[in-house]
Amino acid sequence: MKTSRTSRILTTITSYGMTIFFLIPVYILINLSIRPESDQTPAFIPSSHATFDHFIQAWNGSPLPGAIITSVLVTAMSCLAVLALATMAAYPLARSTGRLSSVTFFAFMIGLLLPFQVALVPLYVQMRDLGLLGSVWPLVIIYPGVQLPFTIFLLTTFIRTSVPEEFEEAAQIDGCGPIRTLWHIVVPLLRPALGTCLILNSVSIWNDFFTPLIYLAGSDQVTIPMAIYQYVGQYVSNWPLIFASLIISMAPILGLYLAFQRYVIRGFAGGLKG
Amino acid sequence: MVYVYVMVAPSAQGIVRSLTDWSFATPKPSFIGLENYRKGFQGEAGPATYRTIYIAFVVVVAQNVLGLGLALLLHGPVVGRHILRTIIFAPMVVSSLVVGYLFKYIFGPPEVGAVNVILAKLGLAQVDFLGNPTSALWIIIITVIWQFTGSTMVIYLAGLQGVPQELDEAAALDGAGYWKRFWYVTRPLLAPAITINLTIGLIGGLKLFDQIFALTNGGPGNQTQTISTLIYQIFSQFSQYGLAAALAVVLAIFVGILAFIQFAVLRRQERNS
Repeated sequence: MKTSRTSRILTTITSYGMTIFFLIPVYILINLSIRPESDQTPAFIPSSHATFDHFIQAWNGSPLPGAIITSVLVTAMSCLAVLALATMAAYPLARSTGRLSSVTFFAFMIGLLLPFQVALVPLYVQMRDLGLLGSVWPLVIIYPGVQLPFTIFLLTTFIRTSVPEEFEEAAQIDGCGPIRTLWHIVVPLLRPALGTCLILNSVSIWNDFFTPLIYLAGSDQVTIPMAIYQYVGQYVSNWPLIFASLIISMAPILGLYLAFQRYVIRGFAGGLKG
Repeated sequence: MVYVYVMVAPSAQGIVRSLTDWSFATPKPSFIGLENYRKGFQGEAGPATYRTIYIAFVVVVAQNVLGLGLALLLHGPVVGRHILRTIIFAPMVVSSLVVGYLFKYIFGPPEVGAVNVILAKLGLAQVDFLGNPTSALWIIIITVIWQFTGSTMVIYLAGLQGVPQELDEAAALDGAGYWKRFWYVTRPLLAPAITINLTIGLIGGLKLFDQIFALTNGGPGNQTQTISTLIYQIFSQFSQYGLAAALAVVLAIFVGILAFIQFAVLRRQERNS
């Protein structure tokens, strides 16, 4: 199809214009964080003598270094748990046609809508009684539970639509039990869907703030959003310092995103379309 | 099992507890019926509920219009469109809390905030964006839109890739203009993407917490409090667990009803087109 030259140029200009518009906040973020305190020029003008002092100060003075490790551990453990549990749950749910199985599936789907806040208070009291408040264990227990409905939904749909049943039947004829069939036949075929789930779950667990805010309050074992929250509270309006810490906190996930952006975007779109 | 432990059992408990006067001061809950719900709606919860729904609707509409527009633009032959997509989607992976703080500075008080500094340079009056309830609400909305338009766009882009080009060309040969082609060819085929975007956007909008917490913390004077932030406040500051649970149930009911209506309506439209 022929597109006229003018309209093509117009689309390009609009697209770039919009993107630049989207980038303005990021530009301010970076510019302010490298500006020395003495520099009082407005945030829109590039700093004349850039410095990385704020980054060093933020790195040394904040709980961020430890928080990054905590966040990595929490995200990894939770993702592993949710993927393992969801795969084991999704396979029978996708294949069985029994009444019990559809009831179970429906129960999981209600969880997609249920806000976590409903479960918040009773869980808080339980965790308090178990003496787990202030440690990362409540998070590692809660995240898999919260993320399960969505993950099961994605995996079940994927198994139903894209994993051919013939392979499993063939495996059964060759003497494979259900568990070996799952592990050797279904899981390898599930890989793209598992990738999508991994990406979506890691991003939401990594960035979650509400859960640690409740269960880690007053603790020194914090995840990244909590560390940022505490740090910002400490340096109320030292914006260059705060912004440096924000950049440090974003760096790991943004780096991963840029490295795998093709998969992230495809996984995101594909997963939600399914 | 974990699911039962983390979501089902506590949720059921939460619903039961919402009917009691459970709080830090009275650890042994007694049954008080719907008292919490009545109390909640007489206090802050009424306006907060209204506000929550208002924010969710504005965000969903704006995000989808912008997201669809961007998707249509970047679906076309634009040089470097993959890079542009990556950039616009990027805020999505960043923590909402961080985004909240960033915008808190940009729309900061006079003499400090980036926007106010520009206004001063231009000789215009400065505005205390976050100190005024009405503008603060809009700042929250803008922040959320900035963060999630990218994800809306990506879903639309995926939908657009499913529109066969022959169909579009055939319509063009028949003399349909750009808008006509969009409305009669592209839009019906995008229906699933629209359903997903509206549902996700609405549920997300209703549960909004991080951004508000960072930007205004419900202030000034509780004027930007939504259900989520109110639950947190009642829970952590006042330790009225029963009341917090009651509000959470209200939130759950709203999310459920809205999601259900939306899903039913949009599914029907999808089938018709």
